[in-house]
Amino acid sequence: MPQPASRAAAAALLRYALMFCAAVVMIYPLLWMISSALKPEQDIFTDVSLIPKEWNFDNFINGWTALGVSFTTFFENSIIIAVFCVIGNVLACSLTAYAFARLEFRLKRLWFALMLGTLMLPYHVTLVPQYILFLHLGWVNTFLPLIVPKFLAVDAFFIFLMVQFFRGLPREIDEAAIMDGCGPWRIYWRIMMPLSMPVLATAAIFSFIFTYDDFLGPLIYLNDIRDYTVPLALRNFVDATGESRFGQLFAMSTLSLIPVFIMFLSFQRLIIRGITLGALKH
Amino acid sequence: MVASTVAERGGAERVASRSLTTRVARAFRRNGPGYLFLTPWLIGFFGLTLGPTIASLVLSFTNYSLLEPPTWAGLENYHYAFFEDGDLRDAVGVTFSYVLWSVPLKLAIALGLAMLLDRGIRAAAFFRAVFYLPSLLGASVAIAVLWRQIFGDQGLVNHVLALFGFTGPSWITHPSYSLWTLVALAVWQFGSPMIIFLAGLRQIPTDLYEAAAMDGAGQFRQFYKITLPLLTPVVFFNLVLQAIDAFKAFTPAFIISSGTGGPINSTLFYTLYLYQQAFGYFRMGYASALAWLLLVIIAVFTAVAFLTSRSWVYYQDEAH
Repeated sequence: MPQPASRAAAAALLRYALMFCAAVVMIYPLLWMISSALKPEQDIFTDVSLIPKEWNFDNFINGWTALGVSFTTFFENSIIIAVFCVIGNVLACSLTAYAFARLEFRLKRLWFALMLGTLMLPYHVTLVPQYILFLHLGWVNTFLPLIVPKFLAVDAFFIFLMVQFFRGLPREIDEAAIMDGCGPWRIYWRIMMPLSMPVLATAAIFSFIFTYDDFLGPLIYLNDIRDYTVPLALRNFVDATGESRFGQLFAMSTLSLIPVFIMFLSFQRLIIRGITLGALKH
Repeated sequence: MVASTVAERGGAERVASRSLTTRVARAFRRNGPGYLFLTPWLIGFFGLTLGPTIASLVLSFTNYSLLEPPTWAGLENYHYAFFEDGDLRDAVGVTFSYVLWSVPLKLAIALGLAMLLDRGIRAAAFFRAVFYLPSLLGASVAIAVLWRQIFGDQGLVNHVLALFGFTGPSWITHPSYSLWTLVALAVWQFGSPMIIFLAGLRQIPTDLYEAAAMDGAGQFRQFYKITLPLLTPVVFFNLVLQAIDAFKAFTPAFIISSGTGGPINSTLFYTLYLYQQAFGYFRMGYASALAWLLLVIIAVFTAVAFLTSRSWVYYQDEAH
């Protein structure tokens, strides 16, 4: 019979082996994409090695302009939309959350229940009428249908997250501020907002990632290639080049992941706290 | 009673109006700031959520192509959906098998790796980051594009198989396998439920395990008697959230099938079919009916989950 110590060591070894295999499976597709982007076209499917024989950036240079309109435009469009959506979400959702968390007014419970109800509503239900509305407003083929709703706090998830956070802040601060003659606006702007940086940052990061990755919205509302976002451009790349030019496609796909990847590297802790926040509060 | 004088009546009106203005002023002072802060949300709620939701219900009883005004169709759209639309039947079938396979697999792997990570091993932060990264990137078009090539005829998977002497099919364009590539893509993104499981595992008091070990309970027994029951609230949360997300999945199927849902409807997700009807054929009325059917499907699923949860979700607070 093996000693307990050596059995524990064997178990630990097994655990590491399992984890290591899982990690390789998880990360291999991404590494394969990056390495393929660096290889000449004919080597992608013949050279299985992850490290290219020679580093070749042609795919990045040629892919950047392959669609006629350059990826500079697509990245600009994506970033403009994402930045406005972040600002809209953070402002509008925090205003709403402040009202629900701190102010008293008639029918508050009703509005709050309705707000929670919209969390469950699949966006498909509003998709067609919203499209008709924006069509009549002449907003199709502009960024407005993608941005304006965020300034009207349609993402109830962020409101919910912020209400939870605001409720956790001590009421004494508000009361002291009221004694000093502060109105609700100043309490919101000068006290609540600075104290709520963690939750505002979490909301900002997730808004950025969601809108940057959004595909259906731009697909429906943007038809002119000069207005395309990066995901739309990539989809166009697939359709335009079909089964050729894999290297360039991979190069542009790799570049398109960089903004989200930077978010991940910089804000890993906030992101992880963000996804556990909703789950563990019953 | 009837013989109240004019003067009296005038006075009463003046009193009433004065009290009305003060009442309005007081009501405004009390409710004004709240409603002022709520204004953006109220506009959004009525203009972009409630209004469109009602409009979509009304539209679902009409035929509407955007070019001409809608015409009343009664239950025609629903009749077509329930009894005649073979493509819709395919879409529902594909979506249900996607949900039924991807969600349990994803949660099982997420729980397994969360438990391995919870053992206080070295480099846990590194592994956690590696496992989580795909679920952050996975929603993007870039990853769907990558998946197309990995499971393509000449793709990565077939090259690995060729090393072992197997010839793989073209997974993406083969109707028997194409849905499985999408299930694999979903399972690959097990990171976010894993993070939630991990947080749940950390909340289980360690003295429970110590007591169980003292009583001679082995690892499997500890898992079934302690870990799993105490984790059921988190399992429930993950299950509902992931299933609803899976019902709503759109981008991967669109990219992998080039928007067709093919080959032969094998990747025709419900949302993809809805998109085709609305923005491919401009059948806005029918698409609205499909949207309402999806709402009902998700609502029924959620209701069933909540009702059955009473018998299998264990809340610690209630035990006392």
